[in-house]
This record gives sequence, C-alpha cells and structure tokens, in this order.
Amino acid sequence: MSDAVSALAGRSFQGFARVAEAGLQGMITIRCDLASKALAKGLKGLGLSVPAQRRIVTADAAAALWMSPDELLVLVPYADAVATVAALEKALAKDHALVADVSDARALFRISGAKADQALMKLCPVDFPSLAPGEVRRTRAAQVAAALWQSGENEISLICFRSVAGYVMGILEHSARPGSELFPG
Amino acid sequence: MSTRLSRGGRLIDRSKPMNFTFNGKRLRGFAGDTLASALLGADQMLVGRSFKYHRPRGIVASGVEEPNALLGLGRGARFEPDQRATTTELFEGADTASQNHWPSLDFDVGVVNNWAYRFLPAGFYYKTFMFPRVAWKHLFEPVIRRSAGLGRAPVDRDGDRYEQAYAFCDVLVAGGGVAGLAAALQAARAGKRVMVLEQTPHWGGRAPVDGGTIDGKPVADWIKSAVQDLERMSNVTLRNRCMVAGVHDHGHVIGYERVADHTPGDGRPRHRLWRIRAGEIISATGAIERPLAFAGNDVPGVMLASAVRDYVVNFAVSPGDRTVIVTNNDDAYRTAFALIDAGLIVAAIVDARPSATGDLVQKARARGIRVLEGRGIAKVKGTKRVTGVQICAQAGEGAALEDIACDCVAMSGGWSPVVHLWSHCGGKLIWDEARACFRPDATRPPTGDQGQPMVRAVGAANGALTLPEVLADAGGPAADAPAEGPIAAVWVMPQGAPDALRFKAFLDYQNDVKVSDVQLAAREGYTSVEHTKRYTTLGMATDQGKLSNINGLAVLSDALGQPIPATGTTTFRPPYEPISFGAIAGEARGEIFQPLRRTPMHDWHASQGAHWEPVGLWRRPYCYLRTGEGLQDAVRREIRNTRNAVGLLDASTLGKILVKGPDAGRFLDMMYTNMMSTLPVGKCRYGLMCNENGFLMDDGVVVRLSEDSWLCHTTSGGADRIHAHMEDWLQCEWWDWKVYTANLTEQFAQVAVVGPNARKLLEKLGGMDVSKEALPFMTWAEGTLGGVRARVFRISFSGELSYEIAVPASEGMAFWTRFLEAGADLGVMPYGTEALHVMRAEKGFIMIGDETDGTVIPQDLGLGWAISKKKADYIGKRAQERSHMASPDRWQLVGLETLDGSVLPDGVHAAAPGHNANGQRNVQGRVTSTYFSPTLNKGIAMGLVHRGPARMGEVLDFPVGADKVVQARIVDPVFYDKEGEKGNV
Amino acid sequence: MLTLTCPYCGVKAEETELAPGGEAHLKRSGPGSSDEEFESYLFARKNPKGVHFERWRHSYGCGKWFLAARCTATLEVFGTYPAQTPAPTPDILAAIKAKRPEWEGYE
Repeated sequence: MSDAVSALAGRSFQGFARVAEAGLQGMITIRCDLASKALAKGLKGLGLSVPAQRRIVTADAAAALWMSPDELLVLVPYADAVATVAALEKALAKDHALVADVSDARALFRISGAKADQALMKLCPVDFPSLAPGEVRRTRAAQVAAALWQSGENEISLICFRSVAGYVMGILEHSARPGSELFPG
Repeated sequence: MSTRLSRGGRLIDRSKPMNFTFNGKRLRGFAGDTLASALLGADQMLVGRSFKYHRPRGIVASGVEEPNALLGLGRGARFEPDQRATTTELFEGADTASQNHWPSLDFDVGVVNNWAYRFLPAGFYYKTFMFPRVAWKHLFEPVIRRSAGLGRAPVDRDGDRYEQAYAFCDVLVAGGGVAGLAAALQAARAGKRVMVLEQTPHWGGRAPVDGGTIDGKPVADWIKSAVQDLERMSNVTLRNRCMVAGVHDHGHVIGYERVADHTPGDGRPRHRLWRIRAGEIISATGAIERPLAFAGNDVPGVMLASAVRDYVVNFAVSPGDRTVIVTNNDDAYRTAFALIDAGLIVAAIVDARPSATGDLVQKARARGIRVLEGRGIAKVKGTKRVTGVQICAQAGEGAALEDIACDCVAMSGGWSPVVHLWSHCGGKLIWDEARACFRPDATRPPTGDQGQPMVRAVGAANGALTLPEVLADAGGPAADAPAEGPIAAVWVMPQGAPDALRFKAFLDYQNDVKVSDVQLAAREGYTSVEHTKRYTTLGMATDQGKLSNINGLAVLSDALGQPIPATGTTTFRPPYEPISFGAIAGEARGEIFQPLRRTPMHDWHASQGAHWEPVGLWRRPYCYLRTGEGLQDAVRREIRNTRNAVGLLDASTLGKILVKGPDAGRFLDMMYTNMMSTLPVGKCRYGLMCNENGFLMDDGVVVRLSEDSWLCHTTSGGADRIHAHMEDWLQCEWWDWKVYTANLTEQFAQVAVVGPNARKLLEKLGGMDVSKEALPFMTWAEGTLGGVRARVFRISFSGELSYEIAVPASEGMAFWTRFLEAGADLGVMPYGTEALHVMRAEKGFIMIGDETDGTVIPQDLGLGWAISKKKADYIGKRAQERSHMASPDRWQLVGLETLDGSVLPDGVHAAAPGHNANGQRNVQGRVTSTYFSPTLNKGIAMGLVHRGPARMGEVLDFPVGADKVVQARIVDPVFYDKEGEKGNV
Repeated sequence: MLTLTCPYCGVKAEETELAPGGEAHLKRSGPGSSDEEFESYLFARKNPKGVHFERWRHSYGCGKWFLAARCTATLEVFGTYPAQTPAPTPDILAAIKAKRPEWEGYE
C-alpha cells in the first residue's frame, strides 16, 4: 500500500484560483437498482443514504454521488476501499448488482478560491451560477469526461479518468492563469 | 489633407499621446483612437490598394463595415494580417503596414490592372480558367499570383494565448447602443438574467454623435445613467469589446471578446470566445450606412457621411478641409452640422431628391449651407486624393453642370439595418419601400428548441431609423430628435449613367466590383443573386458585403427589370466579422491540443528513451532507444531478448470491461462470435466481436471471473467504443436482461511478462504459484505477487511463455520497478509495440486495424474456429449469411514470403492479369502487415488474397513502384513455432 | 448546436455532451430473417424533412441512451424519452400532434 501513488502525486498550481490534484481517494462504483433496500443498508454502514437524482450525500469521511439512474460512486478513504468493496458486495449479494473498486482508475482535483468557478466556466458547458449546492454534474471538461460538484463554499471538486489527469491539470492551469479572470474585480 | 483638430474628440484622451508606425513612418495618435482615426489624424488617407485593380484606396467607414483599411499589424509572433483599422484600437508602439501593393503603397505596379480594367470584367477568373488554357498558365496566373492575395500569412507561431468560456442567460442583448441598453434595462427590470455584448469599447453606439434627447436628457447623459443602472444590477452582465459573431441553433450565441488587443503583451488572453446559451436573443445591432454608386466613388477622400462625422466628433479628426456632402436622405445633413461646428467648410450638400424639406434640411439652409436639389455627382476628380467633384442632374446622364473643388466627399445612400443575427438561423426579411431597406419580418422569426421565436430585433436593426422610433421599438423612454423627410431610393448616380461612368462606379470596394460588372452578369444570364455574387465576387471579401450587398442587388434588380424583393438577398452567415483562429482553437494548443492518455508507467518509459507510438489518445513506447541505436536496432534487440530471455510490456492500455449479472453469459454470447457462457470460471478465451454488418470490430481475451462475472479485454484503442457498444445493446435492445457493465480499463496497470524466463521472474517476486500445473495456458489466478494485489492471466500474444499481470494502477510503477530489479540477472528488458507487432506476426496472429479495416469478417481471417456453430444468434451472424459474405471469392488471410527475403512495402497490392474499366491494373490481394523478422532473419508478411488459403505455394507479383515488382509466395501465416512448443512449458 | 434534455438525469445537455445514434425504433432482424427484412433493418433509413425520431446518448453525462422526437427542418424538439420502448410513447405522439397537426403520424 505504501507504494501507491495518485496520478499526479498531488501536483498543484496557484493562479487566480488554486488547482490541486487531491492525491489518493478511494472510489467505488455501484450499479444496481437504487431503490434496493440492501443498497440503503449497505450505505448506512458508511453513514450514507442513497442520493437523489444528481445529488451527493456526504458523511464524515465518505460520500455517495448519483451518477446515473442505476449507478452511484462512493468515496471513502483510499485505505478503506478494498474493505468497503467487500462490505458492499456482501450487502448486495442477493441483489443483481455490480460493485467495483475504481480508486485507481480516477483522479480527483480540487479547484478552490473565490473565483474557482471562473476557471471551470472556461472548460465546461455548465451553468455554474445555477449549479445547486450538493448537485453533481457529469459533463465535459474541454475534451474529456468529468464529474464535478461544489465541495465547499469556495471549492469545486472534479473527478476525471486517471490517464488524462495530466491533460486536466494542463487545462485547469491554462484556465486559472493569473490575469485571465472572466470577471475581474 | 486630413488632420487632427485642436479641440474636441469625445473618445480621445489628449493627455495620453501614443506613438505608432505606418509602413515604417513614425506617427502619433491619442489613447482612445482607432488605428483609422490615428492614421487620418496624421494625414494618412491612402491606406491600401484594391484587390483586383490595385487602385489606391482610403478609409471609407468608421466601423466594422470598412472595406479598404485592412492592415498588417504587429511583428513576429504577434504579426497578423487584415486587421481592420476602424475597429482596432490604437496602442503604444503599434506597428502597422499597408497590404496588397508592390513594390510600394504610393507606386504600385499592379495598377496596370487598372488600365486594363475593361479586360478584367465580371467572371474574369471563370472565363480565363476556361479558355485559353495556355493563357492562364503562362500569362494570367504568374501576373495575378504576384499581385493577388489579401495580406501575408504569419510565419511565426502565434505568441498569444486564447481561451473560451461558457455562459448562460435568459436574454442576450447584442449591441450596446441606445436600443440595446433600453432593451436590456427592460429585461433586467423584469428579473431576467441578462448579458449585453457590445463590439466596441464604448456604450451608446452612434447616438451620441447624432444627437437628440432621451427621457428629456441629452443622449450621452441618458447612456451614462443607463449603463450605471445596469452595472448595479446583479442579474446583468455587461461586456464591451465583445462582438456577437453568430446566432446558432437553440439559442447558441458565439461572442468574440477582444480582451487584450489594445494591451498586447500584458499577459491576459488576447481573445476569448464566449459560447453562450441564451433563452432569447435581442438583436440591437444598429444599421450601416450605404455608399452611393457614382464614378470615382473609391477615390481616397470619398467616405460615408456618418463616418465623416464620427471622425470629427469622436476623434477630433478632420477628413478634409472642404467637404461636399452627397445624399438621398436627411440624416447626412447632420454631417454638415458637425463639420461646420468644428470650423470646417461644407462646399455644398448635393441632394439627389428633387425636393428636400425636412427639419434638418431647413436648418442647413438657415445656417447658410448651399443645398443643391435633384443633383448628383457625375464623377470625382483626383486619383490618390479627391480634388473636386463634377455636379450633374440626378435624372440625367451625367452632363457636367459645375465643378466644385473639395478634398472630401461625404456620401449617404441611406441606412441598412444590420439583419445578420436575425438571419443566421433563418429569420426572414421584408423590403421596406418607405425606408428603402430590408428589415426583419417579425412574423417569420428564427425559432428555438420549443419552436418559439428565438431572436427579436430592436431599434435600427429592426428598421427603426430615427431616435424616437428606436427608443419606442426597444421599449425605452421617449426620445426627441428633428423629424426627417423621406428617403429617395437612389442607387446609381446619375440615374442614366453611361458606360464610361458605370465602369468607375464601385459597389464592392474590396473586391473591385463595379456597377458595370453586375449589369454584365445580368446580361450574361445570372438572374439569381447568389449566382451573381459568386460570378462577380460581389460581397465575397472580408467585409462580406456590408457596404455593397444592398446596392449590388438593387443594381441587379434594375438590370433584371424586377423589384428588389423579387431578387432577394444573399445568405447571411456567421461570423458577423472575421474572428481569429486562435479564439476558435481556444486552449487546444501545444501540450493540451488534445488529451494525451498516460499509463502509470508513462514517465518511466519517457526516461528510458521511449520512441512513442500514438494508439488512440494513448502514447505507447514503440521501442526504447539506447544510445547509438536506430529504431530498427532497438526493435530487433527487444525481440531477440524477449524470445531468448524475458521482456516486459506495458499492457495497461488494453481495455478491461467487467460484465456481471444473471444474464451476463447470454449477453456475451450475443456480443462475441464465440460461446462465452460456457467458459469455466478460472479460464480465459480469445474472443471476436463483430458489428451488426458482420465485420470484425474488436478482439481480446475474455476471462470468467466468477459464476456471474466476466472480464472482457479489448484492444487498446477500443475500450470506450466497445463499452459504449455493449451499453447500447443492453439499454436499447435487451433492457430486460440483468447485466451491468463497468469500464475498468484504467483501474489496472497491466504488465506482460514474456519469454522463456517469464516464470522464473514471477517466481522471484513470489507469492503465487505460477507453475505449469497450477496455472496452465489460458487460465488465471488471483493473489499477491511481490506484495501487490494481482490478477495473473496466462495468455500469450507472442507464442512465448507469457503472463499478463494486472495490479491497481496506483501501484503500477512500483510493480514495474520490482520486475526490473528482480529480473536483472534473468535478462529482463522492456519492449515496445513494434516488437509486440513483429512477434505476433511471426505467430500469424491478426491485429485489429491491420488485418481488419471495417470490411473484413472473421471468416476471411481463418478465424472460423472462433465462431460458434451452436449459437442461434450473435451480433453479425445474420450479416455473415449474406451471399457476398459467404462467397468463396473473398480475399482471405495468408502469409507472404518474398522470394528474395526482402520486406514487402506495407499496403501494396498483388497484381492480377488485365486492367479494369479505368485502365488500372487488376488486383487480387494486398499486404496487411509486413515486417523484418529478426527471429527468422527475413521479411515476413500477412495479406488478404483472393481465395488465398486454397493457393498455397503460388507466387504473386507485387508492383511496388513504376517499374519494380517484388515477388512473394503464398504461405501459411504462422511463420514461427508452428507447433506452439515455446509457450507450452 | 442542439440542446436536448436527458430523460434519465434531467440535465439539459448541449450537443457536445451527447453522441448521436441515428434513427430510433429500428426493429432488429436476426438470423432467419429474409434478405429484404435484413436490408431494411441494416440500411433503410427514413431521413424525413420534418418529424424524426432519433437515438442520442448522454455520453459525457450519465451515459444513458435516450430517444428524441425532433423536427429536422426547424430543429424544434418535441420531447425526449427513455430508450426502453419499441415505439414512440403516447405522450410524445400527443406532443408532436399538438405542434404539427398536419403530421401524418408514426408508422
């Protein structure tokens, strides 16, 4: 476990917003009937409930993101991922369900600062002012798929595939370059 | 002379002088100037040469409609041609140059075309292309190439940055003139999210120059308070220097923001392309004044009347000491007042109307200005600068009544609403006879995603041409301005101008299209305005006919003897004004031109001399170059080492799709040509995937993980596509089947350990039994290898003893390093994709994309063994039953061995006797893969040959050049270790 | 550039977030079908000027395929609906009829 490194090993950039690859993050894909009682029970073990359409439910160290009508993404500490997969598989054993560890398949970025949304407005066809707190938006960041949500008052979290982490860092650095604010002042 | 006045200039800041150069000459302007106003202020009226005749051309307009003043701007990495002087803000150190002249602006050899203009009529290019051909090649082309072209393409890489941004609003207002501001206020007060985009750096449009009052205040005051009101509202975004370039489907608006054109090098992006989604678009884009067509209307010093007063009022620039105004409407009289107020002389107002009686006309007379009614200009005198005009009766044929000396002519043919944004998505126009213009037909607007009207035109853009009308139309407060008399529809001056005058009466300045050209086109049968446009090139220059289109089609209508609406307009297409390629590309340049996919071991490969091969968006090492090695040396070294010791391949890019559920087996039986439901847990099976056309689309090893789950390996480039293909069938055809998929491609780093020492290497890492007995060929096991959670697949794509090991991607690099350390004494060495390709070809294994090209079925490739005969159905089965697919006459896979041992060129065809209908050699096959095999020390190849497998031993001719033929024998495609002993250990 | 609302996740997505999939409601012809049936399934497409039923995938979003009824001439969208239906739903047909009374209907 000590040998595990995230895609960009925590690289960061300070522009008019701060961009940082957030390091290792446990991520688990669940595909099943989201109305399943077993799912609710399994998530309860993590302090979570089943999120509604396009919502994120968070607990202390975990979160559940609605990804599609039959898919959730569960976030847990990286070190807990394998055990959590096993627990969820067990909880869903009697359902038709798929649980997969995707911790190593993704990269997580945090874009922070009062103008964080302006960096992303340059990359995503998303109406950020109307993105509700707690809403997950799957979209496109320039040329790659991404999922994003407001993870703090002045922070947006973004998940992409691991192989394109370098590209995503590149477009975020480009977009957050000092002096290129969309709304200066 | 044009010159800077000592007083006035509402947009310039005299406390901030700015130096710039024009053709190397050092000149001076002020902050707030455009390049055009600065040039005029420095007495530089002549700014370029026309495209075809190289006639001297001066500044005509003051905005986006300017056809002549296109300059080269900047140097080196910041050089850009065709910058419009009238819309480019002056900045300190601006380096400008005229274009389209040779050898110099003042003396241009191309003006010879001018002498010969009778011989360069409409359709000149088409006519010379046709006949005589020899004349084109030896006579016209060399001359035209020398003098043609608009500006010079930049040589250096663009030194600026560009970006794009997305925005959303309820109401987008295009244009920050008084109409736009009034409409924006109305929408904003109704609580809408409003964006207002204005192409210039200033708010209010041309109203401050033209005067009047709004809401009882002078227009400038009202504009100031309107902008302040809007700025205070949190639901409003105001952006100047931002042009609406186009209106597209479903309210998609492209905004082009010139962020830093006026502050080059300040680190900000130069341009920003806004991609805006608007609920409603308000087109408040104003109107553009039309020129009048009279002989010599292109001589420098002839300008639009509105431009003349813009330069005087906005920039304190006098275009000339003594101006003649020529008009068919009242509005141009405002120019006379602006000139006189600035202390300049108005020699006369030549009004084409038989009688002019509006308020402004009365005022002009009261101020002692000479007004000539029913008169026109027969011709302009002067070549590089106006020296005077010859007056004639508008109703006549141009007989001179008097000469008036002047150095400036201010012309006005009336105003054309800017209907571009209305028209981009199909809004229709109507001809307004009273105003002599096309304006939006509100009953036929462009429609949006719900079928609702998507664009609303307001103000001058809607044909409301006076200030009170504009404000009323835009929902603003009451406005007051002098009442204007009616316009007269005058297009050509004088009405009966003879040939000699029409030959010099220009419609399109930039493309040198004259009244005579359009009339000639009509005589030659061009009755459609779209055809006439292309035949004459009217309106096809970078100004896209902003000045010329209406006049041109009026002349065409007259020549065709039909009313203007019967002729119609040409199509208005985005962008409204040229926009930069940089803005269109946005951030997609250099390193982030496109996503580059990297495996966890990517950086290590780079550090070891990887020569990269793009595979989809991935970069894979083609080979690892050592000091002093060429590519071939490296590939051969890697193959020999793998066949003799042990090689490592980064196979992380292979697609890995998890398929799980009670119906997963049944589903995979449909996806693959083989039977996957019967694969025992713990086993692997090579599978083929076809599309519904029957053609082979992907292949890979399928692994049965558990009772209800399978892991499907795909080709490196195919993972996303195959995953989408699976989901398509699951969601759209068999949605009642209980199957889930997940694309786990990037979860795992995958390492192929290949060669006689492979098992020893795995054993050194330790943790799993990988013996022949415990882990036979085409099986897999899960465990901990070298301390890392791993799945080990005993599969081979090289014929060697081989394992592919999947570990969590985050640990991929550490795992890879462990092999290198443990394998040092076993001869471990990484190999790249080329070695992989050669080794698979030595074994006769096909490669998707080499042996397949979207028209090849598995049966063509000798893969019939991988097609289940037991299954009633699979994707592609029905197609493979079609007669042509089942025909024995298909090209089928064989091995090819050159008689001389050489390597066949890739893709060459095998010749067959005879020729086809086009006189080409008939063919009977082609090479699909070809390599030098270091293992066999000769060239080997695979190919598809007509009835190939039945023709073993035959020798085929492969013409590889004009006179060269390589001969190759048809052989078994398995070249190496036919019995498979090497892997069976 | 079109916008379509994904019926699965409710996002009004723009075309760059979507992948087109051609005509909707094709009936698959497998083994045992005649050459004519198979040809029609594989190659014959309606391509009307007017009301058209299409497949779209919310590929940069929830990944689901959905169907859209759209006018190919004006780009008006009559509605989007889940892909799990062999024919246009009554709701969609009603929505089209309301906007295009002259439409001859789905066959």
